[in-house]
Amino acid sequence: MAAIVHWFTTAAHWHGPDGVPMRVLEHLELSGLAMVAATAAAIPAGILLGHTRRGGLFAISVVNIGRAIPSFAIVAVALPVSISLGLGLGFWPTFLAVFLLAVPPMFTNAYTAIGGVDPQIVDAARGMGLRERELLVGVELPLGAPVIMAAVRVAAVQVVATVPLAALVGWGGLGRFIIDGLAQYDMAQVFAGALLVAALAILTEVGFGLLEHVVLPPGVRRLSRAEAASTVV
Amino acid sequence: MKEPFIRWNWISGHLGEIGARTVQHLELTGIAVGVGFVIAMSLSILALRRRWTYSPITWFTGILYTIPSIALFALLVPITGLTILTAEIGLVSYTLLILIRNIVAGIDGVPAATRDAAVAMGYRPWRMFFEIELPLATPVIIAGLRIATVTTVGLVTLTALIGQGGYGYFINDGLRRFFNTPLFVGAALSVALAVALDVALVLVERALTPWRR
Repeated sequence: MAAIVHWFTTAAHWHGPDGVPMRVLEHLELSGLAMVAATAAAIPAGILLGHTRRGGLFAISVVNIGRAIPSFAIVAVALPVSISLGLGLGFWPTFLAVFLLAVPPMFTNAYTAIGGVDPQIVDAARGMGLRERELLVGVELPLGAPVIMAAVRVAAVQVVATVPLAALVGWGGLGRFIIDGLAQYDMAQVFAGALLVAALAILTEVGFGLLEHVVLPPGVRRLSRAEAASTVV
Repeated sequence: MKEPFIRWNWISGHLGEIGARTVQHLELTGIAVGVGFVIAMSLSILALRRRWTYSPITWFTGILYTIPSIALFALLVPITGLTILTAEIGLVSYTLLILIRNIVAGIDGVPAATRDAAVAMGYRPWRMFFEIELPLATPVIIAGLRIATVTTVGLVTLTALIGQGGYGYFINDGLRRFFNTPLFVGAALSVALAVALDVALVLVERALTPWRR
């Protein structure tokens, strides 16, 4: 315990390219870029497919397949490929792994969020003369928003939790402390790194929770709290 | 000569080790899901009997689920060392939220009319639980077991970092030596094992619920 306090109070651990602030920034850089790319790929596709209410089996299978492929395996397999393509160590293999980690749950939940809107509501909206675009933007998206937001939150937390693998393939981020600590049998460093990663993951969870609070219309938020709780993980 | 992407003769030369790692992977997965299921079932029964305990139980297991696996393993190493116990504590804690959610949802999904009929026929709470509620909830519970099992198979590879690992040993070994073959073999076998166990659980569900066929 004293060793961990000592680790955190050592000034050298807070400065320079391998200090805590720099590692946090690296961690957030990789997580952020991967989340932006994954969201852009998964959410619109899920929403459009959900609106047509087609391809349900495909949408469910995506999340199951994604779950069966461990991120550790993707990072490891992508490393030699990345090297042979001249993309180097570290960044791209991890980027690919967390991208592939984040896409399936966001895609599947976006699909079920939109496709799961009560058909009577959709019928009523069509009956009132709404066009497809108005139906999607004005009815289906607000009603599906809680589930979609919950899926983005879950994906972001998983991404932040998985980026430490980058340290295994020669990149930075908070995983460095854990991996280097394990290699050097420096348990204070391992413990400090683990605490920082856990804290960052929980902050991500809390941060996205607050974002949901701000973004979602209050009526929708109350209506579908139970629904969002059943988001496919 | 250029190093080929996969050396097929490596595989035939390491069949014994592949077998041993398969056993280890199954062992780590089986213990985790088994122990996780027992704990989840106990907590679910508590949550079903005393409704107010459901929120704190899902809150706590939700926090366990949020802690990154790599961080949790690392946090436990100073306490329990590079042992199977360290791996299992981490693996079990990730199964709980998934299993509890599905067990409670499954039992909650039993129609009230069925429950009333059982009460009218003289079923006591425990007998009703084992003979009526649990069988009817089986599909939802097995759905949870499938998610937990497939997730655990993937997480087991990560325990290679703390000296366990099953197929993860090959992945880690390949990474360290820049040797592609064990890396690909480990990754492919891990995915294959996840799919195989998923299919096996579907078959178990079919065997346990003959009335749904």
